Amino acid sequence: MKTVMGMGRNRTGIGTSPIDAKKTIEAAEEAVPLGYGDRVEGAAVRADYVREAEPLGSVPPPTSLKGAAKSAAEMLTGKNPAVFIDKLGERLAFERTGTRLYDALLTKMEAAPGPEGISIEEVRRIHDEERAHMDLVWNAIEKLGADPTVQTPSADIDGVAATGLLQILTDPRTSITQSLHAIHIAELADNDGWVMLIELAEQMGHSDLAASFSAALRDEQQHLALVRRWMTMSTESLASLGAGA
Amino acid sequence: MALDIFAERGVPLDRQVFTWRDMVRTPVSKLDDDAFTRVRIILMNGLETFAVRFGHGLNWVNGDLRVPLAKMRRIEKHQQTLVNWLLPPDMSPLETTIAYEQTAIEVTADLAQREPDAYLAQTYRFGLLEDFDHLYRFSALLDRLEGKDANNILQSYTDVRPGRPTIVEHRAPEDDVRVHYDRATAEPLTKMNAMTLTASELQTEDYYMNIGPLFADPLARQLYAEISSIEEQHVTQYGSLLDPRESHLEKWMLLQATEVYNYYGCAQSESNPRVREIWNRFVDYELGQLHATMELFKSFEGRDPEEVLPISIPEPIDFRSHRELVRETLVREVDLRARGTTYIDKSLEGPDSPSARYRAQLNADGSPSERVAKGYRWRPGTELADNTIGYASLREARTP
Repeated sequence: MKTVMGMGRNRTGIGTSPIDAKKTIEAAEEAVPLGYGDRVEGAAVRADYVREAEPLGSVPPPTSLKGAAKSAAEMLTGKNPAVFIDKLGERLAFERTGTRLYDALLTKMEAAPGPEGISIEEVRRIHDEERAHMDLVWNAIEKLGADPTVQTPSADIDGVAATGLLQILTDPRTSITQSLHAIHIAELADNDGWVMLIELAEQMGHSDLAASFSAALRDEQQHLALVRRWMTMSTESLASLGAGA
Repeated sequence: MALDIFAERGVPLDRQVFTWRDMVRTPVSKLDDDAFTRVRIILMNGLETFAVRFGHGLNWVNGDLRVPLAKMRRIEKHQQTLVNWLLPPDMSPLETTIAYEQTAIEVTADLAQREPDAYLAQTYRFGLLEDFDHLYRFSALLDRLEGKDANNILQSYTDVRPGRPTIVEHRAPEDDVRVHYDRATAEPLTKMNAMTLTASELQTEDYYMNIGPLFADPLARQLYAEISSIEEQHVTQYGSLLDPRESHLEKWMLLQATEVYNYYGCAQSESNPRVREIWNRFVDYELGQLHATMELFKSFEGRDPEEVLPISIPEPIDFRSHRELVRETLVREVDLRARGTTYIDKSLEGPDSPSARYRAQLNADGSPSERVAKGYRWRPGTELADNTIGYASLREARTP
């Protein structure tokens, strides 16, 4: 991996070829009267689809008798257990993909030395903790009598959201600093995900789960702090030295 | 110096080998490589896709050729992989679409300029104005859906403005069939041009069919449905230029020559040394495949390949901006329509013609290509790059 971020031959901007660019601009101006951003018709079509859309999918009923009984009891108290299961499924999926994101970062760090000050041992520890968090949520879902192997709707949209992050991390051309940017986005969402899950667990009357989730949140807060520090450090080192990503 | 395809025998088939590592290389740079490097990759992927597809088609109707076809198809498949895998993963499907349309425009324009047969040249200009309009519609979608500037892909080589409006490109199938060239009298370049464009449009149709469902946005899904339908028309149009009286082996041999010709053109003009080395290697591979096909042609048909092939290959495609040709064609031919195999002015089409009725039915619920680009004018940095809405004025408006 080449690690120097310097000035190069980026050809994307309008300044790359001033003569050609001028012709392209003239062609567009000559051809189309300035209507500026008419999105009304497009919005109408989209609205039509929104109105007739069906949901991404559903949360399945509990798989165990115990779970079914718990669900029925919760329904009687006016609470919807499906929402809790859906959000647990989301956290499980996020921690599982998060483990893979750190796998990708580790592969990259092992292949090419990253900026000084980023400890591969600490990255490994975070990786292992993400995996342990996955176990934690897995056990919680089982305890509620639900199936932890289900992909719930919220797990599904997290998977869609993570697609871009995976593309960044697994691209051999991206630097450690660029990869940390993707990890940072994941950690920000992960932190808030745990905060909201803990609140929801309390509201659903699962204070035991809320307590174990709080320990995971403390880990995640540390992860975020570390990732922020690494990002700042590596970006500043790049900016001042012009190398070292 | 022109390439003598009879004297140059290339690499024998048994030495045309790959490993997975060889096939899957570091891709080109979306940001730093020249747009025409991408154009060449897309063009050659189209030809290799076509070679594999054509080989399968032949396999279904010709028992004698099955083994040689299977051997050659396997090589073409791996060539296709190596070429197509050069595209980088930071290009979204929509950005890649912009590159596909740029390829269609610049390659078709070049072929139209050099095509010796006036009718085929006219056909290429007819299709050119339609792909040119697709670029405008997809650029509007890229801007309005993803907030990206199509010119980051086009690098100011290709204009972004309406062509023959996509809404009127929908034609009854009988108006997309063209008159084929005559195998006995047509120049080899004419035959190779027709094959190149058929291949190119076929891969575009397939690409849109594969990526259309990847979009969440309903209007994007509609636009891909609509433009993929036009690509099907274009495959019909260009494919019907090929003389159906050519024998199976004659067509196969021509296809191999077309691949030699195009790889050679790519190698001559490539700016990325890593990619140029691939084009050179594949010129030699294709020469080997061409000679293997020539031997089959001789033994099965008892004919001399020189009856069909040029001694030396013609002047290669000029990979450069064809802005002026596109502009001139727009002025002169944007109002052309097709009736049967001929081109007519739109005033002669008539509301009850098969194409007018077909189009009216398809567009009855509205036109995706019109909706997506309503009022769209490309500008550097997207249509949101309007400095009249400054941050300062926004803050002022907020201050009580």
